[in-house]
Amino acid sequence: MNLEALFLSLRLAATVAILLLAIALPLAYGLAFSTWRGKFLVESVVALPLVLPPTVLGFYALVAMGPRGPLGKMWQSLFGHPLAFTFAGLVLASMLYSLPFAVQPLVASFESLDRRLLDASAVLGADRARTFLRVILPLAWPGLLTALVLSFAHTLGEFGVVLMVGGNLPGITRTVSIDIYDRVQSLDYASAHETALLLLLVSFVVLSIVYGVNRRVWSPWPVK
Amino acid sequence: MLNVQIRKQFRLNGAKPFILDVAASFEAGFTVLFGPSGAGKSTLLDCIAGLQQPDCGEIRLEERLYFDSARNISLAPQRRELAYVFQSLALFPHLSVEQNIRYGIAKLAGAQQKERTLRIATVFRIENLLSRRPAELSGGEKQRVALARALVTRPSLLLLDEPLTGLDAALRRSILEDLRAWNAANRIPIVYVTHNREEVDAIGERVVTLVEGRVQESGAPRAVLDAPRSIELANAAGFENVLRAVVVEHRPSDGVMRVALDHAACEIEIPFGEAAPGDEVRVAIRAGDILIATEAPHFLSARNILPGTIESLETRGTMVALRVKAGAVFQVHVTPGAVRTLDLSPGLLVWLVIKTHSCHLVR
Repeated sequence: MNLEALFLSLRLAATVAILLLAIALPLAYGLAFSTWRGKFLVESVVALPLVLPPTVLGFYALVAMGPRGPLGKMWQSLFGHPLAFTFAGLVLASMLYSLPFAVQPLVASFESLDRRLLDASAVLGADRARTFLRVILPLAWPGLLTALVLSFAHTLGEFGVVLMVGGNLPGITRTVSIDIYDRVQSLDYASAHETALLLLLVSFVVLSIVYGVNRRVWSPWPVK
Repeated sequence: MLNVQIRKQFRLNGAKPFILDVAASFEAGFTVLFGPSGAGKSTLLDCIAGLQQPDCGEIRLEERLYFDSARNISLAPQRRELAYVFQSLALFPHLSVEQNIRYGIAKLAGAQQKERTLRIATVFRIENLLSRRPAELSGGEKQRVALARALVTRPSLLLLDEPLTGLDAALRRSILEDLRAWNAANRIPIVYVTHNREEVDAIGERVVTLVEGRVQESGAPRAVLDAPRSIELANAAGFENVLRAVVVEHRPSDGVMRVALDHAACEIEIPFGEAAPGDEVRVAIRAGDILIATEAPHFLSARNILPGTIESLETRGTMVALRVKAGAVFQVHVTPGAVRTLDLSPGLLVWLVIKTHSCHLVR
């Protein structure tokens, strides 16, 4: 089994999950509580990675991150090296790809909060930041955990975006799913199976944690 | 003194637009905001608290401006320094009773928080519940905690949205007494929303009635609610009989007029009011204000004596509700003792006795 690829995937998934949470929290807060009429546009953009083929997403990410793309140019001038086919580039593209998996559970759990609790907090003198930290976050933590775990699991298993943006550089961008693909290409079914089974088990455990902790948020199954 | 003069138009589930148009002032002490469900009571409180924005108008507590559409001023709820107890209470479920109470005084030093929390907990008799979570409290305990959490902040205005619904009368009285004791020392305006007539009587200070978004009347509870001037208010104030009637005859010299009830099935005398002969009006009579006799009564001052038959009896707690057909159908409340003594049963011929001044003209 290719442990290097496995650790790379875990590192990528963890980095993406944590960075994504930082972005998804304010985004979800805005989507859940704003009364802005154009909100549906933001919602559509956030949900886009759910329906786009990963290759399409990966293609545009690659164009943007390439040496002539806006993101790639900015990165080159800031850090002195290109962005495409690096770990950082992979993280950025994966964040885009897993965005709905972080945002939607958060929005769902924010929206299910009793608004009167937020009103009560305001009337008791708390500003928005304090209300968020003392009332919203503690009550929405199942949504937080779901967002974290789903974006981790989703990133762990991604293939198309990684291939487009990252290529297949051992130790840098060769993730588990790419490794499996490689082995199947070279007809090494036994070791492909080993890695695939491991990925299957990890995904199953991760989802069991999510559904075990909370059945209300982001579950395709009816709530009992 | 709280002065409110606001207008707000909104829609509830696509229904026709509802207009809240209120001009009222609330002095220190209790003012009951009374009205049927859907009259806009909670929306009015939300506007005062800053949780909803009126379209225009002004809200001011003493010299402190909360809201002024002309000058584009709207103070954020957290800066209005008022307390608001919601109908749902909205205790923070993840915090203990003590943490709930300390939530609004987090800016004070720790020792001071502790001291104030203990003092208010003693006033509302919840000092032994401080470590519990809201889910572990009874209904009455939750209501006490919500009041303590609101009042520990030493607000300059208190808004209460049906804070005691669902409690039995004794518990309600005891909490009201604690609240009244607290306010004797603090003297701030308390706006107390209810649609429960018994609570109005228990508080017994000023009443402002709100019907379909407008202030209809204000004054002492007896004056306002014992002679309701609209049918919504009559229903809300617990008048069991609101009967259709047509004015038949004016007798201004006696201060009365005669009306025919329910398509001229019978006539009664009611106090003189603003209605011309031939006008369709409604007459409100409390079921408890009607007397029952099993023989034709004589030598009575009551002007309305109507023969009829009992249609049904229904025991409700310590009271028996009768339906009596005497031309129109009347609801009459009597005691179980009266039912036994008079041997009241369905089909029995009885006489209803109604004083003129127990009949109220409503529009």
